[in-house]
Amino acid sequence: MTPVLLTPLDISIAASLIILDAALSIWLRLRLHRQIAIAAARMVVQLVAIGYVLRFIFSLNNPAATLLLVLVMVLVAAREVAARPERRFKGHTNFGIGFVSVGFATFVTAILALTTAIRPQPWFDPHYAIPLAGIILGSVLNSASLSLDSFLGSVRRERQAIEARLSLGDSYREAIAPLVREAIRRGLLPIINQMSAAGVVTLPGIMTGQILAGLDPLEAVKYQILLMFLLSGGSGLSALAASYLAAWRLTDERQRLRLDRLR
Amino acid sequence: MGERDTVGLDKEISMETALLVKQLRSAFAGPFELELGTGACTAITGPSGSGKSLFLRMIADLDPNQGQVWLNGRERASLPAPAWRRQASYVSAESGWWADVVIEHFAASRRSEVAALAARLGLRADVLDAPIAQLSTGEKQRLSLVRALLPSPPVLLLDEPTGPLDEQSVTRVEALLHERMATGTSILLVTHDPNQAERLGSQHYRMVAGRLETP
Repeated sequence: MTPVLLTPLDISIAASLIILDAALSIWLRLRLHRQIAIAAARMVVQLVAIGYVLRFIFSLNNPAATLLLVLVMVLVAAREVAARPERRFKGHTNFGIGFVSVGFATFVTAILALTTAIRPQPWFDPHYAIPLAGIILGSVLNSASLSLDSFLGSVRRERQAIEARLSLGDSYREAIAPLVREAIRRGLLPIINQMSAAGVVTLPGIMTGQILAGLDPLEAVKYQILLMFLLSGGSGLSALAASYLAAWRLTDERQRLRLDRLR
Repeated sequence: MGERDTVGLDKEISMETALLVKQLRSAFAGPFELELGTGACTAITGPSGSGKSLFLRMIADLDPNQGQVWLNGRERASLPAPAWRRQASYVSAESGWWADVVIEHFAASRRSEVAALAARLGLRADVLDAPIAQLSTGEKQRLSLVRALLPSPPVLLLDEPTGPLDEQSVTRVEALLHERMATGTSILLVTHDPNQAERLGSQHYRMVAGRLETP
């Protein structure tokens, strides 16, 4: 079975569904038709652009170019992690935490998969490295931002409890431990849900894509299982890194709780 | 009073000084100078927002600050922060709790001592197994005092310890504090009640706009 290649006409027919959405919006006065049109246009432009970028990078087949693209993706993800929490650090600390946690988790899991399971020749072949990094990033971004949001929210709520422990002579590490644990837990919940629901409630996107592209379902399932393991590892690493980095940034050499470093 | 490390003691410090504060300041308050005698109580009154709590928190090293604080001849900076805070224990006006049930905030081996102290402060017998969420503000305040008194720190930094309490409980708390002072505990007390300041304090200050003034 060969993949079914789409023609511009095929896509135009699907695009009529957007027109249907817009018509609904006008008819029901949802006032969403502008937003629908803009979002759809953005999506098309962004995807076509990344298609060209990928084609270009694939043709270069240069590890430095691959690394550069992955770095740009990590930077964009870090910005998302930084922007998500309601409570934020002053300055660029949120971004720093996002960058380190997302970058670290993505590189570790992607390199592990590329060198042990998928093993393309060479291992940094952009055909594999870039899509893999992209999938991992999506999940890792989610975990890091949930963990950071949980930690920064609870630390302000629990200020009295934390300072009561510090006043009694507990170390900052002991006083903050329950919050760090809760933050990591929050970061891991989505991937646990995703794994439990996979195949029963949802058919994961990668697997569906591979089946549509003509791969045998069992082969597609194997890929999906590998990916789920990678995503859960990546999520764990990024939740851990984001929580500990945030906890570390909220204290100083005298083990104080430095809420003044938050906005 | 026990043994004392006198290394580094300035001449001006008498043997009876437990806590000595020199040039203590932060971006919001100070500089402060203070000498607290062993077994004595210094009471600080003053309007809300004048920096009373801030001063106690600076001594406990809970907020960033500069300057020197000495306890029985030892400079604060020579101790790790947790060790310092065990010596100069700050009890906040709003108590903080991190577990669900009262007794979980204490070492299991000290249950009987906790119960005895709680009874002295007029707390009901079953309070140790009560969920924190069911306690009144006054009960929590007294329990947080029990928590701080249990390890017998040489210095107590008490921020409105009897604020939410009825008259009878205030008397009980003050009696216990007097008893501790008699055995050498020094107290720096922040209170809104001038009569309490009179009853407990041998030295009195008024905090006005981040400065200590003698009335």
